Amino acid sequence: MSKSLTWRGAIALFAVLAALVYLVPSITDEVPVWWSSILPKDKIHLGLDLQGGMHLVLEVQAQKAIESHLERVVDEMKGDLRKDKIRYISLKRKGLDGVMITLMRLKDETVFRDMVAAGYPDFSVESMPEQHGKPVFQLVLDPNAKTHIMKMALEQALETIRNRVDQFGVSEPDIRPQENHRLLIQLPGIKDPKRAVALIGKTALLEFKLVDEENSVEEALKGNIPPGDEILYQVSVDPKTGHERKTPYLLKKRTALTGEYLTDARVQIDSRYNEPYVSISFDARGARLFEQVTGQNIKKRLAIVLDGKINSAPVIQDKISGGKAQITGRYTTDEARDLAIVLRAGALPAPVKIIEERTVGPSLGKDSIEKGFKSMLIGGIIVILFMMIYYGFSGVIADLALLLNILFIMAGLAFFSATLTLPGIAGIILTIGMSVDANVLIFERIREEIRLGKTPRTAIDGGYSKALVTILDAQLTTLIVALVLFQFGTGPVRGFAVTLSIGIIASLFTAIFLTRIIFDYLYVKRNMKKLSI
Amino acid sequence: MQFIKPGININFIGKRNIAFTLSSLMILATIVLLVWRGGPNYGVDFSGGVLVQVKMAQKTSPLEIKKALGAVNLDDSIVQEFGEAGQFEYLIRIRKTKVELSTLGDRVEQALKTAFGNKVEIRRVEMVGPKVGKDLRQKALFAIFYSILFIAIYISGRFEMKWLMSIIMAISLAFVVYIASEIGISVTWLILIALIVTLAFCFFLNLKYALGAIIAIIHDVVITLGFFALTERELSLSIIAAFLTIVGYSLNDTIIVFDRIRENLRRFRRKPFEETMNQSINETLSRTILTSGTTLIVIIALFILGGGVIHDFAFALLVGVLVGTYSSIFVASPILLIWEGKFGKKAQKKM
Repeated sequence: MSKSLTWRGAIALFAVLAALVYLVPSITDEVPVWWSSILPKDKIHLGLDLQGGMHLVLEVQAQKAIESHLERVVDEMKGDLRKDKIRYISLKRKGLDGVMITLMRLKDETVFRDMVAAGYPDFSVESMPEQHGKPVFQLVLDPNAKTHIMKMALEQALETIRNRVDQFGVSEPDIRPQENHRLLIQLPGIKDPKRAVALIGKTALLEFKLVDEENSVEEALKGNIPPGDEILYQVSVDPKTGHERKTPYLLKKRTALTGEYLTDARVQIDSRYNEPYVSISFDARGARLFEQVTGQNIKKRLAIVLDGKINSAPVIQDKISGGKAQITGRYTTDEARDLAIVLRAGALPAPVKIIEERTVGPSLGKDSIEKGFKSMLIGGIIVILFMMIYYGFSGVIADLALLLNILFIMAGLAFFSATLTLPGIAGIILTIGMSVDANVLIFERIREEIRLGKTPRTAIDGGYSKALVTILDAQLTTLIVALVLFQFGTGPVRGFAVTLSIGIIASLFTAIFLTRIIFDYLYVKRNMKKLSI
Repeated sequence: MQFIKPGININFIGKRNIAFTLSSLMILATIVLLVWRGGPNYGVDFSGGVLVQVKMAQKTSPLEIKKALGAVNLDDSIVQEFGEAGQFEYLIRIRKTKVELSTLGDRVEQALKTAFGNKVEIRRVEMVGPKVGKDLRQKALFAIFYSILFIAIYISGRFEMKWLMSIIMAISLAFVVYIASEIGISVTWLILIALIVTLAFCFFLNLKYALGAIIAIIHDVVITLGFFALTERELSLSIIAAFLTIVGYSLNDTIIVFDRIRENLRRFRRKPFEETMNQSINETLSRTILTSGTTLIVIIALFILGGGVIHDFAFALLVGVLVGTYSSIFVASPILLIWEGKFGKKAQKKM
């Protein structure tokens, strides 16, 4: 008996020591170097609701990725048709399904089919009813290819946003994909949520388009847009009045160059006006294209379009070689810096929409921690005093179990590097109230046994063994609920489930195992005769 | 020290008709209240919308804030004081779901700063799109349903050694839920049907302990929901977490009484069922009161000192623990008795 007691004491001591070791990194700001090389260095993370920060859920509009894929196919196919000398009347994207084409001559059909089979394996050709004697075909995009495009769009969006956030400088961001083309983004401790939203949510599609100098904007605004042209606006905000001014431009629809050839984007300061601008550099292919475009269009205007809005439309003075360009605008330094970040990280493959946003200011988080711990302290002290008064010395043992319980929960949080949230603190507080339950069950049983006239030693034995089944049943069912909660919950709710689950396991350990050691030591080894319960 | 004298014998079971009347009245009141209000009062988590918590520099009336919001066409938002007095904190709720939600928080900030100066502090913004709100609502309902189902399985297995039976129940229920969701029934109805089917299963498969426990759980959650409707509190994600905790707590209590009943049934085979039951409740009464007491102490501390964000959460737990304690004594066990009296072995013998 005494040998098993030594063993059990050793296990208990080991558990307590291990818990303390796991807690050290969370308590001290910096652990010594020798510590982190051999001992655990995981900390308890504070949830966004406690340290302040931002929780975002974005929906990647993946069907837009299919649209732009189909548009690209249309462009590419136009070139191929020209190469194969197939003449066509119209070639258009048809929704998200595929591409519609009307050929000029019937005899081109076989050549056309061969071309599609060779160059566009994701499409199947379906003959449609003829129109005015001209053959019409629908190229249907394979559903598997569709799924693949959407999946790639999500992955690429995730990667791009991760890049942007990393460059923006957020410590410990958490970015992960969710079902239904959604991305979950958690940015702890962020100071300027508005700026972060702008940075993350921007598609950042950079395009260079030529201004149509032959036709007038006024005529186009009346509805007579020349074929192959489009109207886009330059939006400028007057810094004094805050009024928006929109200037329309008539542009060639064809994109001369896009941001995909960018290799770098940096903020620079204009020495004359002391205004920041973004200088961009292209890779070799982009530089060649840029040189070509600028060389062929001297004295014409080239519009720089960002996400469908004209940034500026400077006149090309000369052929630009070397692949460098500047994006100017009335930027603040922050805006210029963020623009450089999104350009460097690249465009999102599809626009994103913010469908959930939760921001907690740092001061509120601090308040919540203070209030949470204050209620924990006061509630805990009352429970501890109450147990002492009600059960006497045994109550003190239960109190010890309670304190160790809190220690184990904290250590458990550090061990799983789990996140402590405000509902999580509530979970700990609740555990304080509920964890005495196991001890109460045992003590009530012991009291019953003593009333039957048993000695303290047999009463303790009987009490523990009879209460054990009940405790297990009761705690296991609560654990089931906690696990369901963990499965369903996100963020704060999950934190609650974690502390509740760890609390249940910890209280099983302390109530059944730890307190028993103390009782056994006193009443078996030391052979005490009186039981204060 | 002891509150409950040993050998106490209160006739709890004898008072079951009073308890049933009281419980029925409370549940009926909840249903009437919910129907009258047109369903539960969903917060932005579930209805979609924007919630902004602001801290003002000086005392401001909600009406003034509303007026200030009129400048950005948000004067139809709900403004109320929040948290402790003297902190000048307010909650602004905007339920528009048609407009672009992600800019609403900024518009609120802008309007308040124009009206009250730059000392306005935006402490918290929660924006939930309508689609997300619907998803969260479904998830919450499923969470409550699944926890009840798993509990039914566990109790039936542990108390009546009917593991096989309860697993059959789970599989058929999963099948029912699958078929119903394929047909496209709304989740609220789906869960309702599933709950009724679960109860029917427990009834016809003789899973009486599970039946008692589940009815007690539903009883507790419904009545807590009623108190929420009565005090015009909103349901949010963390409140659902509180509801699940109540489920866990109420069950904990019920199981401890059931455990005693099972033990005493084995010990006193000749005693009438009603007497054994009463004895079991009385024997565990001391523990029931003590544990509820300590749990209530900490919840009250949280309710008073925990701050605004956690206030409703603590309220839900407060009501839930009180109702849960009541139901494990007055609802769960009597249901066991009624079932046993009408359909159990003893009733069959008489026939």
